[in-house]
Amino acid sequence: MSDFTYPSDRGEDQRLDEQDRAIVLATQAGLPLVSDPWTAIGEQVGMNGEEVLSRMQAMLERGMIRRIAAVPNHYRLGYVANGMTVWDVADADIERLGREIAAIEGVSHCYQRPRHLPDWPYNLFAMLHGRSREEVEQQARVLRDCLGEACRDYRILYSSRILKKTGLRLAGAEPEAANNSLNNKNSWTDSNETDARG
Amino acid sequence: MNTLELDVEDRAIINRLQDGLPLAPYPYVLVAAELGLSEEELLERLARLRDSGVLTRFGPMYHAERLGGGLTLAALAVPEADYERVAGILDAFPEVAHNYRREHRLNMWFVLATESAERIPEVVAELETATGLRVFNMPKEREFHVRLHLPV
Repeated sequence: MSDFTYPSDRGEDQRLDEQDRAIVLATQAGLPLVSDPWTAIGEQVGMNGEEVLSRMQAMLERGMIRRIAAVPNHYRLGYVANGMTVWDVADADIERLGREIAAIEGVSHCYQRPRHLPDWPYNLFAMLHGRSREEVEQQARVLRDCLGEACRDYRILYSSRILKKTGLRLAGAEPEAANNSLNNKNSWTDSNETDARG
Repeated sequence: MNTLELDVEDRAIINRLQDGLPLAPYPYVLVAAELGLSEEELLERLARLRDSGVLTRFGPMYHAERLGGGLTLAALAVPEADYERVAGILDAFPEVAHNYRREHRLNMWFVLATESAERIPEVVAELETATGLRVFNMPKEREFHVRLHLPV
């Protein structure tokens, strides 16, 4: 497990019990589009709808579920320019500045990551989404101004080709379930750090 | 379907549901009421948006590390002449969840997702052996924000 230091990430080791895992497996491809989705899931996993809902609420409170959400296809919505911006920011200021730029419109993911000197001096990553490269560059200038003197250098790395995109796997899943989710092109986590097209 | 074919209701649904469906009994009827739609119309439109690929998915966003899994971003500097061969090597690793070409000397960027956190360094070592290249492993040290919201 990475050594998280951001407060919301400081959680005790939280393993799923069998029922929670069954719910994750039943929902990792998506939530049923019926009036009472909790009962529909319950029918697959042998629980009533009330129990499914209360277990999912508990997983949400513990941060195992971030939210139940629609994930748009960037490209289909016209967001054809997706840039991974990387910044060399003074270590002393990174926590404050990371929070500031994470709040800027257009930033979808924002992380501190290790430098690899001398090859890679950048320690702050922010994914930007725009309808054109000009729009992404405009957003990057806003970030640049926000970071000010603490930022020594930055780059925008556009993705030029998707080489592979498959779903992530449930930890500890049975081989069959793991294979099913691997074959599912839809990621079930939010952590598409490199998810960018165009 | 392209963006121009989304009508005002579709756009309202996409914008609203990027923020999350309430974890409550009969959640769709709650969101439908907010948007001034019937539950039936919301469900029909949502199914169409999902099935036509405007939405890549609709459902719970799980936090991989909180579920006990390992997740990291890593990169390689691949010589152009070797690019397809190395891409093929990574493609064969089930732990490589996404892989993108990017315009930089570090020109191959990928996410490793493993069933346990302990497995990440093992896979990094296996990739270095298989490709003969150094893996630049860049696990997140702090998370400031994870929320994709694209207004349409």
